[in-house]
Amino acid sequence: MSRENVLVSAAWSEENLQTPGVVFAEVDEDTTAYDGGHIPGAVKIDWKNDLQDPVRRDFVDREGFEKLLSAKGISNDDTVVLYGGNNNWFAAYAYWYFKLYGHENVKLLDGGRKKWELDGRPLDKEEVTREATTYQAKEQDLSIRAFRDEVVDAIGNKNLVDVRSPDEFSGKLLAPAHLPQEQAQRGGHIPSAVNVPWSKAANEDGTFKSDEELRALYAEAGFDGSRKTIAYCRIGERSSHTWFALRELLGYEDVKNYDGSWTEYGSLIGVPIELGSGKEA
Amino acid sequence: MSDGCGAPVQGGTIDVSTSETVLEGKVLSAGTPVGGAFVRLLDSTGEFTAEVVSSPEGDFRFFAAPGSWTVRALHRTGNGQADVSADGPGVHAVEIAVA
Repeated sequence: MSRENVLVSAAWSEENLQTPGVVFAEVDEDTTAYDGGHIPGAVKIDWKNDLQDPVRRDFVDREGFEKLLSAKGISNDDTVVLYGGNNNWFAAYAYWYFKLYGHENVKLLDGGRKKWELDGRPLDKEEVTREATTYQAKEQDLSIRAFRDEVVDAIGNKNLVDVRSPDEFSGKLLAPAHLPQEQAQRGGHIPSAVNVPWSKAANEDGTFKSDEELRALYAEAGFDGSRKTIAYCRIGERSSHTWFALRELLGYEDVKNYDGSWTEYGSLIGVPIELGSGKEA
Repeated sequence: MSDGCGAPVQGGTIDVSTSETVLEGKVLSAGTPVGGAFVRLLDSTGEFTAEVVSSPEGDFRFFAAPGSWTVRALHRTGNGQADVSADGPGVHAVEIAVA
């Protein structure tokens, strides 16, 4: 896996807006940004309404994913370029999700909406309709998705990478600082986890840091490249960003994203929790 | 409570509980509000903590903790930053000029 296979620049994207077989998709939790102006021709994917099961806490099933992509006019052969706000968190989540259901050619737009807007590149409000397809998804590739029991078993023997902010890691805050703090679960982190905030993997303009910078960042935090890895955050989207950096950019093979993340782990009865800065670098 | 991690609507007024420390204000360019700026909250060591996009009226808001903070705004027309010290819970106002 190398950077060119998984990441495209804003400049490349602007030159390829009309390229047949390339579909741009904006992914966000709050889709008002898309409605106010999106990359010309990009389809909209609503992280919550399109990708989450409306009743259970889980993803839409294989059939639901097939229905969604078919309706969006995305076919199995298309190269899907994902981007979004929030430094591409939800786009990275969608990237991981597309991989989970076996989509071959998916890339992330480096820097997402932020880089695109800071560059002053075009946005429009045109309604985008693409001819429906008959998309076929695969069974979930569980080699990239971690569940809670596996996370408990990983304590002390796999790399557990907590990508939340230091204050969330220590238990001082229960959510990122742009959100109100009322929460049900306990604060803290999974014992033996290292804290490498997702933001350290990104530049100020939202683009990913270089491979050399990323390698140094994780090594410094005590990340052991010879061990298997599970990344987590609060709900699994910031950790998708780090999962992308570790597996897709740096090429570590056995890296899973724990989408249950702290909102699940911190609510479990009886599991160990560590407070304070722990093994933070 | 949002079940996601995206930022809530910026601007307007909110009820702030006695335990919350809120940093809020506007992004301005020559006195005119700047919407769509990327506003980053940096802690006292300059480390990134959170980011929101300013509302059309230039408003931004963070739920932080007492301490010294820097708010930094990025916009295609220019960047700027300001320091704010929150001595305790409550609403602390800060403006950022971009140029």
